[in-house]
Amino acid sequence: MSELTELTLKDALDGLAAGRFSSEELTRAHVEAVEAARELNAYVLETPERALEMAKASDGRRARGEAGRLDGAPLGIKDLFCTEGVRSTACSKILGNFTPTYESSVTANLWRDGAVMLGKLNMDEFAMGSSNETSAFGPVVNPWRIEGGNGKLTPGGSSGGSAAAVAAQLCLGATATDTGGSIRQPAAFTGTVGIKPTYGRCSRWGIVAFASSLDQAGPIARTVEDAAILLTSMAGHDPKDSTSLPVETPDFASFCGKSVKGLRVGIPKEYRVDGMPAEIEALWQQGINWLKDAGCEIVEVSLPHTKYALPAYYIVAPAEASSNLARYDGMRYGLRVDGANLTETYENTRAEGFGAEVKRRILIGTYVLSAGYYDAYYLKAQKVRRRIADDFDQAFEKVDALLTPTAPSAAFALGEKSDDPVAMYLNDIFTVTVNLAGLPGMSIPAGLDANGLPLGLQLIGKALDEGTLFSIGSAVEKAAAFKARPQKWW
Amino acid sequence: MAIDAATVKKVARLARIAEPDDKLEPLARELSGILDWIEQLNEVDTDGVAPMTSAVAASLPMRDDVVTDGGDPAKVLANAPKTERGFFVVPKVVE
Repeated sequence: MSELTELTLKDALDGLAAGRFSSEELTRAHVEAVEAARELNAYVLETPERALEMAKASDGRRARGEAGRLDGAPLGIKDLFCTEGVRSTACSKILGNFTPTYESSVTANLWRDGAVMLGKLNMDEFAMGSSNETSAFGPVVNPWRIEGGNGKLTPGGSSGGSAAAVAAQLCLGATATDTGGSIRQPAAFTGTVGIKPTYGRCSRWGIVAFASSLDQAGPIARTVEDAAILLTSMAGHDPKDSTSLPVETPDFASFCGKSVKGLRVGIPKEYRVDGMPAEIEALWQQGINWLKDAGCEIVEVSLPHTKYALPAYYIVAPAEASSNLARYDGMRYGLRVDGANLTETYENTRAEGFGAEVKRRILIGTYVLSAGYYDAYYLKAQKVRRRIADDFDQAFEKVDALLTPTAPSAAFALGEKSDDPVAMYLNDIFTVTVNLAGLPGMSIPAGLDANGLPLGLQLIGKALDEGTLFSIGSAVEKAAAFKARPQKWW
Repeated sequence: MAIDAATVKKVARLARIAEPDDKLEPLARELSGILDWIEQLNEVDTDGVAPMTSAVAASLPMRDDVVTDGGDPAKVLANAPKTERGFFVVPKVVE
């Protein structure tokens, strides 16, 4: 029943509720699709037995009238989330066969609501990357190809497995995380919807840490409404994460389709960067026109420190990473490579266990935090971060949300940028500002470029105002009527 | 160049990552490229700006100082590379 994998999450949940099919049937269709798509390398661990077991249990709950919000829906889980009894590696060699004895709060929330786990999804090592090429399991291949071509493209990163799996119909939705753009850029590259909520909306407990003041979980899905349904389950206050916000989680789906008439949408002029492809510029203008037609008021705004967000990020994120990743010492879990003494054992373990990009960032982080450089780099970056956050505060005095492109290009070829770290970092130029300021940001597929590859538009909202993003997001989705799907070649 | 090979060696030591000598020079070039690009932050006037240390304006919550978890050594040791009689086995720390 391959058509079951073509459903949106919403339609699948409606179908389950109406008894048109069982979770077991729905899950089996997805398990088969996953097995047939190994060429994409989206999953690093398939858990079909567990999936079918969870599906049968879900069918039982539904028969007893105890079905939860996501009951019976098969999902993919980014390998950054710890899953009890199921290998969780952050796609790093240093975690080896690490099998958590606990469950991350976000995934626990999904299972509480009845979701089914299909397996663990590929990603850049420790979520450090924008192309999925730093994964210890090898890159994910984007299900999209240039029209008429067969070259392998990146699905983006770091949540490349999540985005590819959703686009290729290998799950109804997926968890992802976003430290500098890792949900939104892959969503844009694969024609899917991704939202990074406000910092603190989702608990970070049980998610392998990269940069703690920036990391935030969110969903990747096929529609704005699906993303809303997933985020409603994933979010919620958790005393185990001290930065988790003690606020109510609204029913985000109730904001989808609401009128956006009279909402003020800001267009930040600094996002018009040199060398941006004309197609992206045109799509942005198209988005402005769509929102005008839907009754929004368009306001030009200024975020003067935008260009400094990325360099500030490349101090703050590596600094936090170098500290967080100090825990991988080969003593309590994961890889250990013995040396002549303790220090050498640490050094060999970390040299062998970390990939090149992770080492690069640990070294930068260690350098900027080292004696004599702290003020010049780290403190300076934190001050610039404040400037960036202030820019947003001022803009949000005048507008309800901002509209920008998600990424400066469509998906590029695997290998195209892997030799030039700074060129790779520039992928996140439009997304990273939001992480620094702790704000919610959503990418919505809005059109195809001349090569037939998807492009995304980004909406940025006020803190804790994801609801407005879901309203405007569904207006963009409706106007764009983006129905394109990758042609199946795998 | 912001960083030379000797600095990379020192930083790698601080980070406890073994880097072979022939990698130090290329790494120095790579890291300098990144740090040179980061230098543009000096264009920003940050006089009198308070550093941003938290992504949200919320104060950290306090809780009662009580044990909430633990008492399960088997779980703690489950992923250890080496254990013996309920302990982690690690290289000799004191010579």
